[in-house]
Amino acid sequence: MSDITARAAPPPPTAADNLKFYGLWAAVAIFLLVLPKVFGSGGALTTFSLIGISIIFALSYNILLGQTGMLSFGHAVYYGLGGFLVIHAINIIGGNKWAIPLPLVPLIGGLTGLAFAILLGWVSTQRSGTAFAMISLGVAELVASSALILRTFFGGEAGISANRTKLLSVFGWNFGPQIQIYYLVAAWTLICMIAMYALTRTPLGRMCNAVRDNPERVQFVGYDPHVVRYIAFCFSGFFAGIAGSLAAINFEIANSAYLGAVQSGTVLFAAYIGGIGFFIGPIVGAIFVTLLSLGLSDLTHVWQLYFGLFFIVVVMYAPGGITGLLMMHRPLIRGGTLGRVLPSYLVALVPTLALMIGLMLGIESIVHYTMNPMEDPNVKAFGIPFNAANPVTWAVALVLIVGGFSIARMTWKRAAVAWDEALTTARAKELAA
Amino acid sequence: MMSDVKPNAIEIRDVQKSFGITKVIRDLNLKVAQGERHALIGPNGAGKSTTFNLISGYMSPTSGEVLMRGERIDSLAPYQINRRGLSRSFQVTNVFANMTVWENLRCAVLWATGHKYAFWKSVDNLPEVRERTAQILEDISLTSRRDIPAGLLTYAEQRALEIGITIAGGADVILLDEPTAGMSHAETERAVDLIRRLTVGKTLLIVEHDMSVVFGLADRISVLVYGHIIASGTPEEIRNSPKVKEAYLGEEAA
Amino acid sequence: MLELVVISTLNGILFGMLLFLMASGLTVIFSMLGVLNFAHASFYMLGAFFGFQVSRWFGFWPALLIAPLLAGIIGAGVERFGLRRVHRNGHVAELLFTFGLAFAIEEVVQIIWGKSPVDFRVPASLDFPAFTIFSTNYPAYKMFMLLVSIGIFLALLLVLKRTRVGMIVQAALTHPHMVGHLGHNVGRIFMMVFGVGTALAAVAGVIAGPALVTQSNMAGLLGPILFVVVVVGGLGSLPGAFIASLLIGLVQTFAVSMNGSLSEVFGPMHPPGWPISGTSLSRRSRRSCPMCCWC
Repeated sequence: MSDITARAAPPPPTAADNLKFYGLWAAVAIFLLVLPKVFGSGGALTTFSLIGISIIFALSYNILLGQTGMLSFGHAVYYGLGGFLVIHAINIIGGNKWAIPLPLVPLIGGLTGLAFAILLGWVSTQRSGTAFAMISLGVAELVASSALILRTFFGGEAGISANRTKLLSVFGWNFGPQIQIYYLVAAWTLICMIAMYALTRTPLGRMCNAVRDNPERVQFVGYDPHVVRYIAFCFSGFFAGIAGSLAAINFEIANSAYLGAVQSGTVLFAAYIGGIGFFIGPIVGAIFVTLLSLGLSDLTHVWQLYFGLFFIVVVMYAPGGITGLLMMHRPLIRGGTLGRVLPSYLVALVPTLALMIGLMLGIESIVHYTMNPMEDPNVKAFGIPFNAANPVTWAVALVLIVGGFSIARMTWKRAAVAWDEALTTARAKELAA
Repeated sequence: MMSDVKPNAIEIRDVQKSFGITKVIRDLNLKVAQGERHALIGPNGAGKSTTFNLISGYMSPTSGEVLMRGERIDSLAPYQINRRGLSRSFQVTNVFANMTVWENLRCAVLWATGHKYAFWKSVDNLPEVRERTAQILEDISLTSRRDIPAGLLTYAEQRALEIGITIAGGADVILLDEPTAGMSHAETERAVDLIRRLTVGKTLLIVEHDMSVVFGLADRISVLVYGHIIASGTPEEIRNSPKVKEAYLGEEAA
Repeated sequence: MLELVVISTLNGILFGMLLFLMASGLTVIFSMLGVLNFAHASFYMLGAFFGFQVSRWFGFWPALLIAPLLAGIIGAGVERFGLRRVHRNGHVAELLFTFGLAFAIEEVVQIIWGKSPVDFRVPASLDFPAFTIFSTNYPAYKMFMLLVSIGIFLALLLVLKRTRVGMIVQAALTHPHMVGHLGHNVGRIFMMVFGVGTALAAVAGVIAGPALVTQSNMAGLLGPILFVVVVVGGLGSLPGAFIASLLIGLVQTFAVSMNGSLSEVFGPMHPPGWPISGTSLSRRSRRSCPMCCWC
């Protein structure tokens, strides 16, 4: 290394840095191993499996959105096609008793996703921005319509099922019990996370970010943005296919819902709510969205509405997602000024909660009237019992909404000012140090 | 006896450029020899940025030819022209705002060091990339700002980064579009010094308004007025040309 | 056969005009505000449902006026309080906002009116055959729809070409920044454009509601067709949107009425659930098509 490089370049990672980095991955692996010992119920294992699948899918989506700046409304195509092909593959492998064990099967799904991405990607990635979003939507519509027409491959409305236990067993595991499926999903989740993270550290990964930030400039450093987008698209399709195949293995069925608009929308929600600007954003988002959709549906009839409203709020007020919000506080933690903003957050939380409760009261009352008017007006939503027919309830809801909103606005403005001050102080401390 | 004369680094022949019915570039003819430092000056709106866009492939001429080292480039995409050895900077700072200074320069170096679309090696383990990026960083004197996101730099620092990205790839034909625009006197001097150092042995085509920069840097000057070159020659010739005086002052020199 | 062609042409033009009512708003909003309004078909749906509800209370004719007005006010509010705030977060955020909005509107409609179709009827005053072609009665209501669409189209043309506001809108279509520099209150113009655009979509919903199925999945079924129209017509071109609307309106109508091999060729433009070639239109799949009462 020359003198200049020694002086000017960022220092190479120290042994301590490396330990932290590899240690983190090791800790994740150990966590995944140990998790079922702590939460061992069948329901919990299924939830974890779903979260794992969702993580891979959301991370694959973020290769497009967060890293390369391509907003896709049809990513479920590659997820679904991976799932369908794997179902057929399981049936064929099981039927012919080939020596391919189940743990290798997601690779088939991945290659399917890759193949279709290679096929459809060049035209799709011609443009970025709004045009790309529309093309992705069009392609998704096309494939979804084909799914209902090509009945032999897609099985029509009932879908196609398979028996995953028929394959070659590995160390005595035939992958019937959910615990074995959990470990299969966990292993693939870890592998995919590592692989996709490694991708961000390659020349291609860096240029994806460059294309996202400034495709014009990218041309003038020698890169064709179209090629960069295309390759990113192919990788994204590959990992989406893996996610889809794990879903197919988990449920032992693949149907047209895998390809549908709802599936595409869900992964978009997950990645965005988690935060598209950081690698772990989609991981956080996947966990959050999966738990929310599973949990909310037990608490209220109209959980999808709450979901949509939450998404809109995130788009409007927290475009960096959950991770973005958390990362905003990193300089504060470094500068030791985090304690200054916490009180104002707590203060702002009160009217916000009031607003949320008021909205919930209002929505659930309306739901009661429009969906179940004949039933007992004593409704229980989110575990809170109230009488939906009582005008007092409505008045309370109105007051909470109006009052909550106005006070929340004021208190959050104060909180923002507090954050600004804390940030400035933290930065000053850093410079002085 | 001399072998074939070296083809011009850039040659523009009878180029017209219209946007709809508006003719922005009329009968443009320009020759820039290899290794020459050539300045393009002219009143605002004359078409200087359009000329740059035509050369760098961002736009194609309505008619006429653009050549680089004797080969036509007027139908090529910008990245193709860049790979042939031409690089440009922008009038409005055009860097990767969310990346650090280091990462910006590194992106500019990746293609030239042959790594292209590689997805099987880590970008942190490429010694040649590190060396070249470090070299440019030192050259543009932004070492102390290495880890700052480019969007947070001062204006002058961003302009310096812009120049750094332009030359980082090792192109030998450099187009600089008003590199010192908006700079103070001291900053301009530093920028000119930087440009002079970094373009040794390369061909430079620079658009500038600051006459001290122009006369200090350029071997030859061309004057662009209403999309047409009205004069082209050495700084002395341009300084004394009545046509140029008329174009700038709007009246015949008495 | 000739009868089929004539009827299908009439229906196709009608469908095309309806599409244009929506596509015009969508394309102007895209040119001026730079955002593709994912929720545009949702305002069409709101127009149909508001029209249904108001006609239940006050009759069809008040509904024709009130429903688009309501939808337009909501649209203006969405721009003023939602979109404008999201604008600073970038294009992706704007698109996602309209996407979330479309999702939320569909949920709300489902909550209030349910998932089944509602009984939005043609008003009695228009429920008679207008004329007879080759033994088929062509309903007067459809002629009414055609007249209203053409009337609005002409009014739009007049406003755009002959009024000051129209000139500003035309200018802002190609040079939105310049319009701001010239001193016009760009914010108010944007709000008005968004409100009028969504109101137009709602008008299409009100008049189409009785003829088509008014159901909470209307937006989802028509949305993709709308995007195809806007893309084919060229994003930002009003004449292009007009031609594309008529074209696709005719193509869709002919493809549907000539069930068979054509529906395979134009697969993607069919709403999901459309039967494959050879079979006659079943009752169930008819209901999933936005144009089921066309044939």
